[in-house]
Amino acid sequence: MPGRISHAWMLSTVACLLPLFVLIFNVLNDQLGANPVQAIHVRLGDWALRFLWITLAITPIQTVTKWRGMADYRQMFGLYAFFYASLHVLAYLFVDHAGVWSLIVVDILESAYVWFGVLAYMIVLLLALTSPNAVKKRLGRSWKKLHRLIYYAAAAAIVHYFWQLKGNLFQPLFYLTIIMFLLGFRVLVWMRNRRMNRLMIPKGRVVSLEEGE
Amino acid sequence: MIIKTEKTIPTSEITDQWVFQRRRTIIKAMMAGMLLPSAVSLASAGSDDPRWRDLQRSPYSDDTASLTPKRLVENYTNYYEFSFNKEDSSDLAQHLRIDRWNIAIGGEVEKPGQYFLEDIIAKLTLKEYVYRFRCVEAWSMVVPWVGFPLADLIKLVNPLSTAKFVKFTTLMQPDTMPKQRIKAMLDWPYVEALRIDEAVHPLTIMAVGMYGDILPKQNGAPLRLVVPWKYGFKSIKAVVKIELTKTAPMTTWHAFAPNEYGFYANVNPDVPHPRWSQSSERRLGSGYFMPRRRTELFNGYGEQVAAMYGDLDLRHFF
Repeated sequence: MPGRISHAWMLSTVACLLPLFVLIFNVLNDQLGANPVQAIHVRLGDWALRFLWITLAITPIQTVTKWRGMADYRQMFGLYAFFYASLHVLAYLFVDHAGVWSLIVVDILESAYVWFGVLAYMIVLLLALTSPNAVKKRLGRSWKKLHRLIYYAAAAAIVHYFWQLKGNLFQPLFYLTIIMFLLGFRVLVWMRNRRMNRLMIPKGRVVSLEEGE
Repeated sequence: MIIKTEKTIPTSEITDQWVFQRRRTIIKAMMAGMLLPSAVSLASAGSDDPRWRDLQRSPYSDDTASLTPKRLVENYTNYYEFSFNKEDSSDLAQHLRIDRWNIAIGGEVEKPGQYFLEDIIAKLTLKEYVYRFRCVEAWSMVVPWVGFPLADLIKLVNPLSTAKFVKFTTLMQPDTMPKQRIKAMLDWPYVEALRIDEAVHPLTIMAVGMYGDILPKQNGAPLRLVVPWKYGFKSIKAVVKIELTKTAPMTTWHAFAPNEYGFYANVNPDVPHPRWSQSSERRLGSGYFMPRRRTELFNGYGEQVAAMYGDLDLRHFF
């Protein structure tokens, strides 16, 4: 946030941390059912996915509402997606497997659904590391290109979700539908822009425009 | 049945034997229901007056592992007829009607017919079987089942030498089983099967109870199969039909995804599910930061069952 901490920023931070507080409360009160280790793991994964989706929803919302100034929140939600994904990974490594690497290595090698989780996490990690404004400035134009990798993270995350299930697909289908809308919206905007460009700019000048930038 | 000869009392007035034997549990449940309406659903399963006391324990019992707490076993079931969520069937299954349970036994047997469950129980010896149970989803538990060897039941109906497989079918009761009603996901009713030598193996039992009491409805009441060296989905619940067949029957999960769920479904850490590893398992009731257990071949029952598979390629016949 530029300069001072606003009420909206405070409110968003509390909202973003709420799922973690609820989870801790559930753990302390033994409210996670017969398999609490798995419940923790799944809950954290769900929230990582939800924050990733919220992050991807910001741009379409900005476009539709023409309400500027949400870019900072996009960064914030993205970082919370990274935060919950990190807790999800840590729970997998140090709660479920208690850091026994011989078990972990075999599990990762043999579980195809985990590979997609690893891929999604690697991307989100890279985006989080390049998230600070200083890094953004240094990377210049390639920053935007790099951060488009979020689409690959979303795709990997949804495959990761689908592939661990035995066949009950209602919840992943719900998330898949939402992401299709969010990505579909971008495709529409892209196609419209391309058509506008073609209408407005004579063919020969496209090259010179890019050179001049 | 004795009640058939009693003509002065109309049959509608006679208390069902099944109900009679559980009268204390039922009255308690009703009282609990008056006091705590929300607790009704589980009250019928919980009781400090269990049906069976001091049952002889099968020599195949696992005496070294600590039992999984009963409340966990009662609240973590894959009963897809009710819900795809393991913690929802505990309530939903309470609507199931399981009184006057008959089992149709047929196929390659000399004495096919409808058998009344209480008659079968009266004829056979019930024992307690403490078995490890390993789900294909990589979680496990240790359960003290009450039951009898399936072999004893098969002997009662005189199997023919032509019988090579045993096919089991779950109850079809769409008005109480929501997923059957909406024809969701699997092809209902649920069907499972064993090779005849697996079926008559002394480890293979039909369970009517657990923890010294009758089976809770969500755990497969009133009669379920338990095959401890195979993944849990083989241990079919609420069995209404048992057929001895000449050829291998098609089973429900195998039909749904043949590359993921084999006919044998023997627990095997070296043969991963196509999408996840089977090398380790989460034992229910184990605390936070307790590592997963390493899964054992045949769920640790190799000494008893490995000979049945000889040089069968377990990777191919998974």
